[in-house]
Amino acid sequence: MEHFIDIKDHSKDEIQQILDAAMRVIENPRGYSEAAKGKILATLFFEPSTRTRLSFESAMLSLGGSVLGFSESASSSAAKGESLADTIKTVACYADLIAMRHPKEGAALLAAGVAEVPVINAGDGGHAHPTQTLTDLLTIQREKGRLDNLTVGLCGDLKFGRTVHSLVEALSHHSGIRIVAISPQELRVPEYLKSGVIAKHHMPFLETDQMEDALATVDVLYMTRVQRERFFNEEDYVRLKDRFILDTAKMRLMEEDAIVLHPLPRVNEISVKVDADPRAAYFRQVKNGKYVRMALIMKLLELAG
Amino acid sequence: MNIDGVKNGIVLDHITAGRAMEIYRHLDLDDLDCCVAIIKNVESKKKGKKDILKVDAEIDIDLDMLGFLDPNITVNIIKNEQRIEKKQLALPQLLRNVITCSNPRCITGVEQEIDHIFELSDPEAGVYRCSYCETAYEGRNG
Ligand SMILES: [Zn+2]
Repeated sequence: MEHFIDIKDHSKDEIQQILDAAMRVIENPRGYSEAAKGKILATLFFEPSTRTRLSFESAMLSLGGSVLGFSESASSSAAKGESLADTIKTVACYADLIAMRHPKEGAALLAAGVAEVPVINAGDGGHAHPTQTLTDLLTIQREKGRLDNLTVGLCGDLKFGRTVHSLVEALSHHSGIRIVAISPQELRVPEYLKSGVIAKHHMPFLETDQMEDALATVDVLYMTRVQRERFFNEEDYVRLKDRFILDTAKMRLMEEDAIVLHPLPRVNEISVKVDADPRAAYFRQVKNGKYVRMALIMKLLELAG
Repeated sequence: MNIDGVKNGIVLDHITAGRAMEIYRHLDLDDLDCCVAIIKNVESKKKGKKDILKVDAEIDIDLDMLGFLDPNITVNIIKNEQRIEKKQLALPQLLRNVITCSNPRCITGVEQEIDHIFELSDPEAGVYRCSYCETAYEGRNG
């Protein structure tokens, strides 16, 4: 594996290898505390995303490696007029591995094309965020003990929310996955995903705007936030944002062994009161994000995992 | 096929009827000093009507671009008034610097001197997607 740009570029086996390596790290974290000693990870955040950056940095530090990098608003780097390709070539001289986030779609692919070191896509606009998908898969694997034979409820913005699209793509390679899509009419799963992935893999698929009805049927509930920047007018955003909120009353409709995931940060789509429920797995998900990133760093640096 | 008037050059046959002028413009044939013939609405055995372009000069043409514009075209290379080669075009798998991405959020819109690369994602429907952002190209007609 040379770079990690899009979850679609990687086979089910390759992804499973990363998840397995993450499981080994979880079992014995001290055993890996010097695995990346002497190696440097550059975290290049052309748009700020504190959570993702901290997750990468924590992962590298936990492997005994070092980090350098920057986080800035989109305006400042572009203002200097340097091309992304030149920035990447320069940084590749200082680091053994690059994790980058950029507001433009396809930026990570461009970087991978010019970098002399492995590049990890830490989010390229609304296009892809593959380490989030690894995080989601590891969390389901750990919480449910499997990645097949699951009913997965997706709730919220299913139109623009690319993390759910990538998750569906990744799960499509596993058998017995049923998808229940819970969203307002305006934010339904896009056609390309329905025909290109869900129908193609013959995944049972149900679409509804009645959250209460769907909750009893799911093993995994994946909540998403409705992002303001996806909307042209404020009215639509405000109207749709509050449509599907998970609270303790709705939690009572769910199975005892179901789990709730969320890529975070949340706005108001999950009530804070739900956090105390053991089925709320989203903070454990954050921790898993660090473990998969540790596993991915080891894989890309070809360190024994 | 009639190659009259072409000594050393190319004959583009089986152009979809009505598209010869578009092809003429894309190949910048207007810039040539040699003899160029545009023949429209010729009766074709295969499919009703077709257009033909004849160019009496050995020009370099971008076959990928031509295949993208009209995959039905047959390219005939003429030397000493003889056809020495015949190529049936098809939709190319990859387009490099033929079309550009219309997605305003795509990196290709801001990065200088980047190759604009599209891949054929659905050969039956003739859909091309930007390799960077995966947005489908909308401008392809026919
Ligand atoms: Zn694009």
